[in-house]
Amino acid sequence: MGDLTRTHVVEGSEQGFATTRFQDLLGWARKYSLFQYPFVTACCGMEFMSFASPRFDMARFGAEAPRFSPRQADLLWVVGTISQRQAPVLRRVWEQMTEPKWVLAFGTCASCGGFYDNYATVAGIDKIIPVDVYVPGCPPRPEAVIDGLLLLQDKIATGDRTPGIIKPRVDPKQGQLVTLRTPADLEESHAALEAKVKRLGG
Amino acid sequence: MSKALQQKLTARFGARILAATSQHGDEAVVVAPADWREVHLFLRDDPSSQMQMLIDLCGVDYPDREPRFEVVTHLYSLTKKHRLRVKTAVGDADGDDAVVDSLLSVWRSADWMEREAFDMFGVRFAGHPDLRRILTYPEFEGHPLRKDYPAARTQPLVPYREGAGVQGKLAPFGADEGMPFGRQTHGAPGSPEVN
Amino acid sequence: MEPLDQDLDESELELPAEPMQLKMGPAHPAMHGTVRMMLEVSGETIVKCDVQVGYLHRAFEKMCERGTWGQVFPYVDRLNYVSPMLNNNAFAMAVEKMLGIKPTERCEYYRVVLGELARICDHLTCNGAMAMELGAFTPFLWFIKARDMVWDIFEEETGARLTHSFGRIGGMAKPPTKRFKEHVRAAVAGVLALVKEGEALLLSNRIFIDRLDGVGVMTPELASAYGWTGPCLRSTGVAYDVRKAHPYSVYDRFDFDVPVGTTGDNYDRFMVRLEELRQSARIVAQALEQMPDDGPVMVEDARVTLPPKDEVYKTIEGTIQHFKIVMEGVKVPAGECYSYTEAGNGELGFYLVSDGSGTPYRVRIRPPCFIITSALHHLIEGGMIADIVPTFGSMNMIGGECDH
Repeated sequence: MGDLTRTHVVEGSEQGFATTRFQDLLGWARKYSLFQYPFVTACCGMEFMSFASPRFDMARFGAEAPRFSPRQADLLWVVGTISQRQAPVLRRVWEQMTEPKWVLAFGTCASCGGFYDNYATVAGIDKIIPVDVYVPGCPPRPEAVIDGLLLLQDKIATGDRTPGIIKPRVDPKQGQLVTLRTPADLEESHAALEAKVKRLGG
Repeated sequence: MSKALQQKLTARFGARILAATSQHGDEAVVVAPADWREVHLFLRDDPSSQMQMLIDLCGVDYPDREPRFEVVTHLYSLTKKHRLRVKTAVGDADGDDAVVDSLLSVWRSADWMEREAFDMFGVRFAGHPDLRRILTYPEFEGHPLRKDYPAARTQPLVPYREGAGVQGKLAPFGADEGMPFGRQTHGAPGSPEVN
Repeated sequence: MEPLDQDLDESELELPAEPMQLKMGPAHPAMHGTVRMMLEVSGETIVKCDVQVGYLHRAFEKMCERGTWGQVFPYVDRLNYVSPMLNNNAFAMAVEKMLGIKPTERCEYYRVVLGELARICDHLTCNGAMAMELGAFTPFLWFIKARDMVWDIFEEETGARLTHSFGRIGGMAKPPTKRFKEHVRAAVAGVLALVKEGEALLLSNRIFIDRLDGVGVMTPELASAYGWTGPCLRSTGVAYDVRKAHPYSVYDRFDFDVPVGTTGDNYDRFMVRLEELRQSARIVAQALEQMPDDGPVMVEDARVTLPPKDEVYKTIEGTIQHFKIVMEGVKVPAGECYSYTEAGNGELGFYLVSDGSGTPYRVRIRPPCFIITSALHHLIEGGMIADIVPTFGSMNMIGGECDH
């Protein structure tokens, strides 16, 4: 049943029914049936295509069905730079979406403007519309986007509307930031892979 | 390669070719705004030139010079495989009176490029039927690529949200900080506070 | 109550005779999010069309005037973001032309290989997206899968999947990785196999062909008058490819063909891109064959090359040289130049003006798809509304480049 965290399974009736609060059930149902409106403008769209395609496969998260009418969508992906000229359009699309609605800022430009701090661009879409999850990166890797989507799903399930930002994850085992692999590690993993290929092939 | 073309132009137009230069292998000629269209028409139609394509048209702003703007075209001949750059200078110190003939009747590609040069620099093209802004919006005031337009001056179309939850995001440096030393050479003396 | 059945004579519908206004975009799914079309339609036929761009104007040219010459690279990445490596190469070449620097042999080949891989990505994305906009979603997945294979190479080489910022004035940031050639050969073979499957899904599809064939026709004369370059110009039958007409870098050492179309319609543009992709694969194979296995990828020139880290830490000369290049920028001699290369969409030119300082005075990009899009209205006027989608898709309008 996913993570109906506050579900209470009644003793002795595991096969019969479970009780939960209606809000939780609603949140659980909503988080896996996100109808997205991709507001794709710029470079991040390339990464968004990759995210939608088989390797990263956003369909796994119940969020792949695009609706190009804002009235039918409940998750607005803002993918790419929003220029001053584009801002009224974005604002209008957001206003047309029906509640409940969520906004995910995909990439640095949508989150804060990035290095386009100039006359033409809006430095972060949160100056125009409220944002639920920020995914920084220029463009963010699909893994980061998945992370952002999962964070949004958590928020939807718990009804939390405070903005969240994807951050480097803390490895719970070590209690510290996950370190990047060194070149020596890479060599090692290459060697291990080669040995494996040889073993399988031979 | 285009040296011959430069000579041909000088022979045809004489002193109306104000300068003929060559740098980094690119040949260029400078003409007066009044001769702008005629020279281009000649370059397109002359059998030794045959410039079928207007590859590029753009403006350059030199606030210290008078006339202030340079309008630059790059021409290319598909048949002769040679290129030429043609330049002219227009506009007074305030950027007004920058008018040059439109090349739209010579090459169709001039349409959007002239609109862009108008949008970015405020250079007007006489005879262009539809000289609107193209990259910025109609409400935009000023011409952003002029050196005296501050890079960070925004002109929002929708009011920004206020209140809790809106991050007061500012660039980590002022408009004039965090920039390399080289940039400071561009502050034109006497110009109103560059950036 | 009024009678439900209407008297047909009386209710003879007065359909408006004047054309109807229709606004398409910029949030229309087929408009790439950045183009708006003001259409005047009479029934389904488009009478007049005004294409409005600029929704992704990010002030590229203004931003270039704020940093050093080297700081322009991240911005050029985001111009044509489907093939960033070609933009990197083009800009690096332009500055090198002004400085009079010739990159090393190995660097030239490295640029060619990465550039052609980027071109493969470009054409894959364009054709895939065009198919998707026409409702053929599966080939899109095939093409994007193939593109991801190329992106893996880029990630291995440059560290970034999309925006590499890998070019440097005078060379490349890093030499190729040890297994570069091996990886590229494997990936290109995989890509070609996927493309074969993907195109089989499309080219035997009657609906797809019918929507491309004979739609959006352009004549060679008009195409050159409009300043078209690249695959769009070649689809009309004009064999102008900068790599062949004015071989730069080491392109004169490769044997490749320039595919051309015959009628200049959407189908030709689609097919030209498909064939170019294969020609790029040919170039990559030859370049890998000829590419030296060792040697520097960065020139030794005190004006542009950063000293080795060791010297920066230990010697005052190294520290100062490093400081001056990073903080003041590479000093490019005063003057101007126009440098042109063949990018994914056609002739990508940079017109640079330097005043002798470390900061560009003016960087003018000649964006191929801005100029191609300026002729879009000509292609769709007189056609049907539904024809806009394939016609626009076949132009490969890239917002970042088109709107600067």
